[in-house]
Amino acid sequence: MAASFHGGPTSKERKYDRQLRLWAASGQQALEDSRVLLVNSDGPLGANSTGVSGVVGVEALKNLVLPGIGGFTIVDPATVTEADLGVNFFLEEESLGKSRAEETCRLLRELNPDVKGDFNSEVRQPQRVEIFDLTLIIQPIADLLQDPDFLPQHKLVIISGPTKRSSLDPLIQRAQKQGIPVLYTHSVGFFATFSLQLPAEYPIVETHPDPESAQDLRLLNPWPELVATNAALDDLDSMDDHQHGHVPYILILLHFLEQWKQSHGGNAPDNYKEKTEFREFVRSKARTSNAEGGEENFDEAVAAVLKTIAPFSLRSTVREIFELEQCHNLNSESVDFWLIAHAIHFFYTTHGVLPLPGSLPDMKAQSADYVSLQNIYKTKARRDVEEVTNTVRQLETQLERRFPPIPDRDIEAFCKNAAHIKVVHGRQIPQISSNSDSITLKAIRTQLGFPDSLVSVFIATQILDGVVDEIQDTSNDHRSINDDALWKSHTERILALLTRDDPTPLDSDARENIHKAIQELRRAEGGELHNIASLAGGLVAQESLKVITKQYGPLDNTCVFDGARSRSEMYRL
Amino acid sequence: MISTDANSQQNRWKHLHKVLTKSGPYCDEDWVPGQETISALESSKILVIGAGGLGCEILKNLALSGFKDIHVIDMDTIDISNLNRQFLFRQSDIGKPKAEVAAAFVEKRVKGVKITPYVGKIQDKDEDYYMQFKIVICGLDSIEARRWINSTLIGMVDMEDPESLKPLIDGGTEGFKGQARVILPTLSSCIECQLDMHAPRPAVPLCTIATIPRQPQHCIEWAHQIAWQEKRKDDAFDSDDMEHISWVYNAALERGKQFDIHGVTFQMTQGVVKNIIPAIASTNAMIAASTTSEVLKIATSCNPYLENYMMYAGEEGVYTYTFEAEKKPDCPVCGNLARKLKVDPNSTLGDFIESLSERAEAQLKKPSLRTEEKTLYQRFPPQLEEHTRPNLGLKLHELVEDGEEVAVSDPAYTIDFRYKVIFSK
Repeated sequence: MAASFHGGPTSKERKYDRQLRLWAASGQQALEDSRVLLVNSDGPLGANSTGVSGVVGVEALKNLVLPGIGGFTIVDPATVTEADLGVNFFLEEESLGKSRAEETCRLLRELNPDVKGDFNSEVRQPQRVEIFDLTLIIQPIADLLQDPDFLPQHKLVIISGPTKRSSLDPLIQRAQKQGIPVLYTHSVGFFATFSLQLPAEYPIVETHPDPESAQDLRLLNPWPELVATNAALDDLDSMDDHQHGHVPYILILLHFLEQWKQSHGGNAPDNYKEKTEFREFVRSKARTSNAEGGEENFDEAVAAVLKTIAPFSLRSTVREIFELEQCHNLNSESVDFWLIAHAIHFFYTTHGVLPLPGSLPDMKAQSADYVSLQNIYKTKARRDVEEVTNTVRQLETQLERRFPPIPDRDIEAFCKNAAHIKVVHGRQIPQISSNSDSITLKAIRTQLGFPDSLVSVFIATQILDGVVDEIQDTSNDHRSINDDALWKSHTERILALLTRDDPTPLDSDARENIHKAIQELRRAEGGELHNIASLAGGLVAQESLKVITKQYGPLDNTCVFDGARSRSEMYRL
Repeated sequence: MISTDANSQQNRWKHLHKVLTKSGPYCDEDWVPGQETISALESSKILVIGAGGLGCEILKNLALSGFKDIHVIDMDTIDISNLNRQFLFRQSDIGKPKAEVAAAFVEKRVKGVKITPYVGKIQDKDEDYYMQFKIVICGLDSIEARRWINSTLIGMVDMEDPESLKPLIDGGTEGFKGQARVILPTLSSCIECQLDMHAPRPAVPLCTIATIPRQPQHCIEWAHQIAWQEKRKDDAFDSDDMEHISWVYNAALERGKQFDIHGVTFQMTQGVVKNIIPAIASTNAMIAASTTSEVLKIATSCNPYLENYMMYAGEEGVYTYTFEAEKKPDCPVCGNLARKLKVDPNSTLGDFIESLSERAEAQLKKPSLRTEEKTLYQRFPPQLEEHTRPNLGLKLHELVEDGEEVAVSDPAYTIDFRYKVIFSK
């Protein structure tokens, strides 16, 4: 990288500037350390068909190569056809008849010289772009899985559906065992669906909550230093207008809370009615005789009453995390997240609050007053981090972990975001089959009760999977993907499965919706429209980025996009 | 030879042609699929405004959706910070015009598409130019440019001539969020009707910047707005000049030290002075494809088009919300009633004018105002400015009646905005 000048950013920081503002250097590092596996096709979809065109996967890779993913592997036994040139932007006229994986890889690589590597048909070459031209292998992905080192090179797997079950099932099961997230996608005509399979416990620290909701000012349980600052502010009345108009609103609220408590048996405002009374009380103390006819700091105080005058309470999501087995019973194999979570739970049981995040919103104030108030919050936050760190270090010694010590910055980040940590309970790629999870079937039945639900699109893609599975698994099958009898038998099979656990027959609206979704799906005969595939590729990349950087909130677990009606929905199936 | 070529074309577009030659359950019952629809698609001339993050995607999507005659306008040149998402550009393209590089790339990659670039401003072109297109699709980061094309297309509508109505499809993104909308000029809610849904960020008060900074951003604003004026008055500030940014950064650092404010960084300095909005490839891909999808549906009727707004938020799973934004009868552009504007009758005309740039329902930076009877304030020509300047110090109630209509013009727009001034009590 070219050296920076004028103390400015490096050329790499300049190139990635617009994304570093979203996931910071830590997210970028995670991205650059990751390699993604794309399983883009798995044989023809029947007579007169060349198989999945796999544009969702290619477009998703485009959106990962641009921000600088470490590397990627494409598994795709197909050769380039005319039809590919009509949907896949990462192929050109000269690509006709050549390996689709190789050609796509070549043109994707042009997008970002940081994503290093070259064409190589050897299987193991970490941190390099590799291509598997496996035209002669009948079950390529199944064969690759024979090598136990193949899958673990990857941080994420993207599979382009429809893929026959005999290839899909071992892949998603193996990935699940090894804790590697999987995205399974479909893009047919105007429809796109995809599901994300995450490990059974998938923790996230940097959830990026809305800054407004992440504020924790502790006005009802101030610590001694904050109380002391406030005590210094005993004489508001003797201040001149300038001073009075620059008292930080936090101190205004603390000051009048004390007055309120004195006249309310020592209690702070407790319910909505009392809070509104308190708000009017604060409002009445603003000076209106000045030139501006009011005071901005008092306006801020009034506006903050309902939001900030509330006792500390633990969010239910965090309480649930504290109650999990992994949080309670640590062992030498426990990962960093659970060790810190355990230490923070200990802090909570000791103090009845979480570590203070320490950030202070901007407010009308003199510079020096604001800075000293900010320091009081920062100092307290630092002390809380120290306390948690001590607990973590003790735990590390007790457990005799063989991992390196947890970095201080991770403990600090955890403390700062403790109120907003999240654990996603990942589920397997959902399917409607005889061994379907009852939760999946129940969620689908519930959705079918809503007249506008798009779950019918998911059902239609499940029927498509069944049709393709039967064609691909029967050798010398000359039936086309447009075979009415095949569609009829798989539709009946899936509809029967939907009443497996709940025998109440589907109502006519639900049947009508499913029928329409099948009709729209079959209109495209399994083909992708570039535009919808590109849209799905955007969404799939978005989820990939969140999973790889372990930031924000990933999909849990299925999304349907309907391009005919310009809508999407999410389900936990 | 000809037949082989026709065959190859047929094979190439077979997926797309399937949805154009077969009806579906959500199509209009009267729609006739087939060759005529395909011809309608291929002969539709489309204008793309913007060849940036959204524009690159849109050009690719249109070309692979079977459109053959595409025009693209963009005045910008390629910068290094574009390369993380504007995938038609390479390191070696830095400094070249976006519209030309993007057009050439897609033309080369997709056989049979013609893409005509124009390097310049949308304001350079007149109604005759815009009249040649069937649909206009926007991928812009400027609200001002959106408002300009919106009012221009609405002004072009001639009720006698259905061809004069040009659907406007607009996309926009910020970080993991974005929106796509379809506007049928004069018939549905327009950009101006929806203006208050895209309120500008509130500016930091000048007195905070000048005397009581508390945040690193305040120090940067001081260096940018005040220190530069004092120390380097003769250099026009250029936010793309690294030396200028460095100067502001160092001045802001100094100011931070003086007030004991930490956290001024180079990255933050750039963000504040350039008003940088985070942008990534994946969000652009999602929004650009939604807009192109609507263009395809409008051009071919192969499925119903979006009525009329879809917002997307990707921070927490995949969330979209599709709804019909309302057409406002008091929209200053497409409505026929003046928009109500609450004002304090005791504030001065000057304060009122300043507030117009920030008020979500106005967002006008250089407004001139007049009532039916008199000119309140006129910026051009200079003689008139001088003549009306004293009004700036007068209170509003001395100049207008409660409920009186005020026409506001702004050099950024071709039309007058009509407001009805309502006195607050």
